[in-house]
Amino acid sequence: MLLAVLSGFLLAIVAPALHRVTGRYIGWTLAILPASLTAYFASLIPEVQANGSIVLEYAWLPGLGINLNFLVDGLSLVFALMISGIGTFILIYAGAYLAGHKYLARFFVIMLSFMASMLGLVLSDNLISIFVFWELTSITSYMLIGFNHEDMEARKCALQGLFVTAGGGLVLMAGLILLSIMGDSYSMSEILASDLALHQHAFYTGAVICILAGCFTKSAQVPFHFWLPNAMAAPTPVSAFLHSATMVKAGVYLMARLNPSLGEGELWSQALMLFGAATMFTGAYLAFSSTGIKKVLAYSTIMALGTLTMLIGVGTELALTAFICFLVAHSLYKGALFMIAGALDHETGTKDITRMGGLRRAMPVTTVIACLAALSLAGLPPLFGFIAKELLFESLLDSPLWSAGLTTAAVAAAVLIVGVAGLVAIKPFFGKVANTPKTPHEAPFGMLVGPAVLSVIALVFGLAPFLPEGALLQSAVGSVNGAAVETHLALWHGVNVPLILSIGSLVLGLSLLAGWNRLQPSIYAINTSAARFGPEAGYFRFMEGITVVAAWQTRVLQNGVLGLYLLLLVAVTFGLAGYTLLTKQGITVSLDLTDSHFYEWGIALLLLVAAVFASATHSRLGSVASMGVLGFGVALTFILFSAPDLGITQLLVETLTVILLVLVLFKLPEFVNLSSPFERYRDLAVATFAGVVMTLLILAALDVQYFESISSYYIENSGTLGHGRNIVNVILVDFRALDTLGEIFVLSLAALGVLSMIKLRAEDQYKP
Amino acid sequence: MKSNTLILHTAALFIMPLQLMFSVFLLLRGHDEPGGGFIGGLVAASAFVLYAFAFGSEPTRRILRVAPRDLLAAGLLFAIASTIPAFLAGQPMLTAHWWELPLPGGSYLKLSTPLIFDIGVYAAVLGTIMTFVINLMESEE
Repeated sequence: MLLAVLSGFLLAIVAPALHRVTGRYIGWTLAILPASLTAYFASLIPEVQANGSIVLEYAWLPGLGINLNFLVDGLSLVFALMISGIGTFILIYAGAYLAGHKYLARFFVIMLSFMASMLGLVLSDNLISIFVFWELTSITSYMLIGFNHEDMEARKCALQGLFVTAGGGLVLMAGLILLSIMGDSYSMSEILASDLALHQHAFYTGAVICILAGCFTKSAQVPFHFWLPNAMAAPTPVSAFLHSATMVKAGVYLMARLNPSLGEGELWSQALMLFGAATMFTGAYLAFSSTGIKKVLAYSTIMALGTLTMLIGVGTELALTAFICFLVAHSLYKGALFMIAGALDHETGTKDITRMGGLRRAMPVTTVIACLAALSLAGLPPLFGFIAKELLFESLLDSPLWSAGLTTAAVAAAVLIVGVAGLVAIKPFFGKVANTPKTPHEAPFGMLVGPAVLSVIALVFGLAPFLPEGALLQSAVGSVNGAAVETHLALWHGVNVPLILSIGSLVLGLSLLAGWNRLQPSIYAINTSAARFGPEAGYFRFMEGITVVAAWQTRVLQNGVLGLYLLLLVAVTFGLAGYTLLTKQGITVSLDLTDSHFYEWGIALLLLVAAVFASATHSRLGSVASMGVLGFGVALTFILFSAPDLGITQLLVETLTVILLVLVLFKLPEFVNLSSPFERYRDLAVATFAGVVMTLLILAALDVQYFESISSYYIENSGTLGHGRNIVNVILVDFRALDTLGEIFVLSLAALGVLSMIKLRAEDQYKP
Repeated sequence: MKSNTLILHTAALFIMPLQLMFSVFLLLRGHDEPGGGFIGGLVAASAFVLYAFAFGSEPTRRILRVAPRDLLAAGLLFAIASTIPAFLAGQPMLTAHWWELPLPGGSYLKLSTPLIFDIGVYAAVLGTIMTFVINLMESEE
């Protein structure tokens, strides 16, 4: 299983080399991997049927409780099969669609990495690894949307998709951590199996809001739906794979996965129903009002995602059956339709539906496949989409809450989707032959095999629904429900309310389609004016706000005046420390000076004089020298109180510091007094304050001991465990060696930083 | 920057080898007596800094033989390398390992991963300071 998930990453590494060997057959070659993965996942079906679920464990970071465990049950297997199965055809398709593209190898690298991340996401059992794979899909999606990186629009859309999904991902992480606290485990299967009443936990509301924010952004629910149509800037194979069949379903997957644990709360089901229904209707409406074929499909994907979310929210056994069927049906027909759209774009040179027409003579095979897939989209018999839609209506009519409202929204969406199906299958292929930028002809075999197979599967599933049902769908419904479910899928249910609703929506949808040409301009006008207040406008305002705030805080806080940085750091640090000291401890001064010697007083006086001189003098060299005196004074104190190691180190460090400072001094301009008296008194006040707080802290530390000192442990064990008598050194290289390791890395980084600063300046001077 | 004082030249030539020997002495005895990689590295650095003040940065580079940056990297690699025995034994990172090599005359040479680690600290400290000093001096010239 580990190999199955990671093989995508491995193949991604060698893909460029393979590309050089296989040339134009690269798509077919790479498709062998997802094809064999599909076979592997299919071979797990009997075991899942027998046992319900399998958990496979691989230790990753056992110390942190993070393991790379995999949970294979009906739900994850449905997703894994969709990802690898559709992925197979997408790779073949991409090989033909992007044939001769100069970055083809790079494309496959990202695509395979995405596929592996997506498989990892749906199969992971550990919440942290789910999150890691989740973000990996966001990042690979970003790179794929911006694949045509020379196009500024594509880069902008990619960044938008990344901000929305990765931002949601961060919120999701908070939600997953809350969930792990509530469920007392990072393991999904353990949380699902535990009988804790999570919806009564104090964190329930917070966790649900955070997790849903993550899922909604990823699965393009209203009001975050705007990034998905923009993601269509990606090459079509990407849109077909990531932005319809797989990645956008990650949010839906997680909601379905968590439904047994979180679904008992009202917040969960009501939020899902509300947002799902709103998304469903918005998506269907916007799909019908768009003219670019990919935009139409993108919005209809949003409609499907909304429907799926809503069905999880309804949560009855019937609704969950509808959920799984709709999920599978949608992936089949939407993947096919996107590939058809790509073929149309590829062969005609335009994405605009209004400029296509009468293509059925030039592209007969494409026409047949498009019609099959569109029938499934419209939910007509005998395709699988019909079964899914009938179940959808049935479960909504049966919904315990808001049945009438949800059914109305679903019927309205269905009417519009019938229109959408007509837009993608009737408009381009039938009617008058339109002039397209390229003379159309049939797409190459590699671009047709995918949509053909997917459409045929949709047809077979429609005619024989017991095939997928018995194999997997029933156990998938069981995993979403949390308990086994008996499902009864059939093409023909007799004449009942859902069938009448279907016929009604078909008739209305077709009449809407007939009037599409006349309706389009006015819908377009309404949408444009509405967009000014839409969520996307909000996104842009938000991004502008970030820039404004960043500019403001750079001006105020990061203005390049080092003295100000220092002032702020010192003031804040000692302000907070002083506040804590005052509130937690109070000021206690118990000094016993009876036991002090005259030479200690002498050193103290020396330190004081050196400090005052260092800050008052106008000579830089004098200041540095008196700082050196200060350091030597401290070293003397160390030696007096028998800490020879510290004393030696301090002496050496002081010597070298003075040398370094002197080296730097030569580069500085003449000393000029730039600060006003006010600024100097302000600095003096802050410095005095810091000194006073520090002194009080040290005095308080003498009296208070919160923990037993660890020194005795070191003294006892340094000889036996550390084989050394010098405790300081044993601590440095053995007991706390990890700290030292970190410190020398910091030291090295500082050296490289200084080096780059010096070098950069030196090079500037050589510039003409 | 380079001094032309005969006294400094002569003194540097005599003092520097002593300082370097002393720094190695401090490094090796550090586990039992005051000393260690950090202090040893600082002493070695001050030796080279003295040399640099007397003769300039280019001769110092030559006498160092390796670039200060490489010294830095070597130090980090030594420190990391000291974790390998513990890694191979499946113990937590940086667990100390000790070996005693018998020497002629009945005494033993104590070798250990903390010593390798300390050598790493020594080289990293020396490399850091020499990176600072040599580059600062060169940017002046």
